[in-house]
Amino acid sequence: MLYLIEQGLNGIQLGMLLFLLAAGLTLIFGIMDLVNLAHGSLYMLGAYFAATFIGLTDSFLAGIALGLVATLVAGMVLEVIAIRPLYGRDHLDHVLGTFGLLIFFNELVRLIWGPAGLTISLPAEMLTAVQVLPGVFYPLYRLVIIVATLVVALLLYVLVMRTRLGMLIRAGASNREMVGALGVNIKLLYTLVFGLGAALAGFAGMMQAPLAFVQIGMGENILILAFVVIIIGGIGSIRGAFVAAVMVGLIDTMGRAFLPDLVRHFLSYSAGSSAGPALSSMLIYTLMAAVLVFRPEGLFPATSK
Amino acid sequence: MSLRFSLRNAVVGALLAVLLLVPVYAALSGNTFAMTLFTRIVILAIAAVSLNLIMGFGGMVSFGHAAYLGIGGYVVGILAKEGINSGFVQWPLALLLSGLFALGVGALSLRTRGVYFIMITLAFAQVVYYVANGLDRYGGDDGLTIQRRSDFAGVVDLSNRTLFYYLCLVVLLATLYAVWRLVNSRFGLVIQGARSNDRRMNAIGFPTFRYRLTCFVIAGVLCGLAGVLLANHTNFISPALMHWTRSGDLIVMAVLGGMGTVFGPVIGAVVLLVMEEALPFLIGIASHVATGKEVAAAKEYWQLILGPMLLLIVLYARGGIDGLMASVRRG
Repeated sequence: MLYLIEQGLNGIQLGMLLFLLAAGLTLIFGIMDLVNLAHGSLYMLGAYFAATFIGLTDSFLAGIALGLVATLVAGMVLEVIAIRPLYGRDHLDHVLGTFGLLIFFNELVRLIWGPAGLTISLPAEMLTAVQVLPGVFYPLYRLVIIVATLVVALLLYVLVMRTRLGMLIRAGASNREMVGALGVNIKLLYTLVFGLGAALAGFAGMMQAPLAFVQIGMGENILILAFVVIIIGGIGSIRGAFVAAVMVGLIDTMGRAFLPDLVRHFLSYSAGSSAGPALSSMLIYTLMAAVLVFRPEGLFPATSK
Repeated sequence: MSLRFSLRNAVVGALLAVLLLVPVYAALSGNTFAMTLFTRIVILAIAAVSLNLIMGFGGMVSFGHAAYLGIGGYVVGILAKEGINSGFVQWPLALLLSGLFALGVGALSLRTRGVYFIMITLAFAQVVYYVANGLDRYGGDDGLTIQRRSDFAGVVDLSNRTLFYYLCLVVLLATLYAVWRLVNSRFGLVIQGARSNDRRMNAIGFPTFRYRLTCFVIAGVLCGLAGVLLANHTNFISPALMHWTRSGDLIVMAVLGGMGTVFGPVIGAVVLLVMEEALPFLIGIASHVATGKEVAAAKEYWQLILGPMLLLIVLYARGGIDGLMASVRRG
């Protein structure tokens, strides 16, 4: 039971990270109709920026804040230079062009930070475990991730649903020509949305970094999961991305934690340990395939379309 | 396909001549690296040509094509590990499994369009990737060394490098011929019609789903064959064979060379893989000119050039190299 709660929290925590990535991806996809494979690069850049700034300032929070600003700026510069000409092109062009960017960023990071990864160490007060339920202890930092992401999700909701900027974003998603014709600077709006997506991805990268390594290509596999999330949730829908992210996070973690035991009932011990990750990812992709076949528009289609 | 002289035909002819003469050059100069590189190029060109069949002619952008390389390779590797070395068993089984996988993936994913199709093919390839990662007996994520190449009971000796190279080249040429015949047949016209306007093709009475699915399976089998050859070439298989970035490489080859032309992907494969080897040298020379001494470290960063180049090709040279050559002729 303890294990179940712990793994459940781990799953939610992974889901939260996926949500941060998927929210930016789905915004960019929903509004600019752009498939962005370089989104994982921004996740990686965020982690590298944060690691660098934490090293420079000696403060975890200041490093995160500076890293967020740096990723936001990097995203906006990237949009102006490289992404803008891709709007309105074929999806295959997006895949290829941003695949090129992904290669470029991996190499750029290697040039600047070297081939060896970095680590982000947590401040001492984060290293404790807290009692979440009587007798159930859970690492504080993972709880911080969950709470911080929930706050970000709430802010994002307020931004998109309750502000003028959000109104423009939603309007841009349903009819970009009309919004442009009404005198809104649609180019600037796109740059802002891309920057916002970049910052969200970077935030996910820097949150995850203390739990793992900061390394080249760290965003590649999680990016694919984030794509799965936005397809299950419905492209362009932030609400859908949230629900699907938690679902995928839970399935992945629970699958890895419990499927091996199930397999061990039928097969050998080692067969169980090796089959866990394979089975849980199969579950996720099967879910996605099922969604695509039975509800191609996703579980929570964006209402604007 | 007329045989009029044109820049395109000249390049295709020259490239074929180069491919034919590689072993001669290798034998004369003792440069075995050229042999290894070009065997690899020819094999990946087969994969790129097969991807181009569905992507360029059928408009089905599969982002999971590397999965077939993996399936073909793993069938060879697993059977070899279990002591079944006969190519008469390995090869047909590999092709059969590739075809069945393509049938399953195609049946589900061809119901979707556009970016959904891209993502669902990617998802299925990821499943295969993780399954291969989980195969502990066959090396898990470390991969598996193949002790013996496929054995054809004396008919062909695959361990003879020159012979193996020519075998791969023959397969490539046969694939090109098959694809050329296919896209110019009634079947191929239906496929291309469905790319332009699926609904209209259906309306005039073609069950396009079946046509597209068949095409998808053919491409899968061809790419599975490339996987079989690749495993025999490297004597090694690992899940990295089908990492999603490998599928991206295949798309790059097809688009770089010229999508929707039969020979384009071969040009793309040659250019991309030769560039992988040549760019470090060029960067080295450039750094020598710029700074007066060779900056060894600069060579490593050739991908800094490759990435933006891809973006530029997408933006300004949509027809790929083939398109550029055609536009030269048009003036």
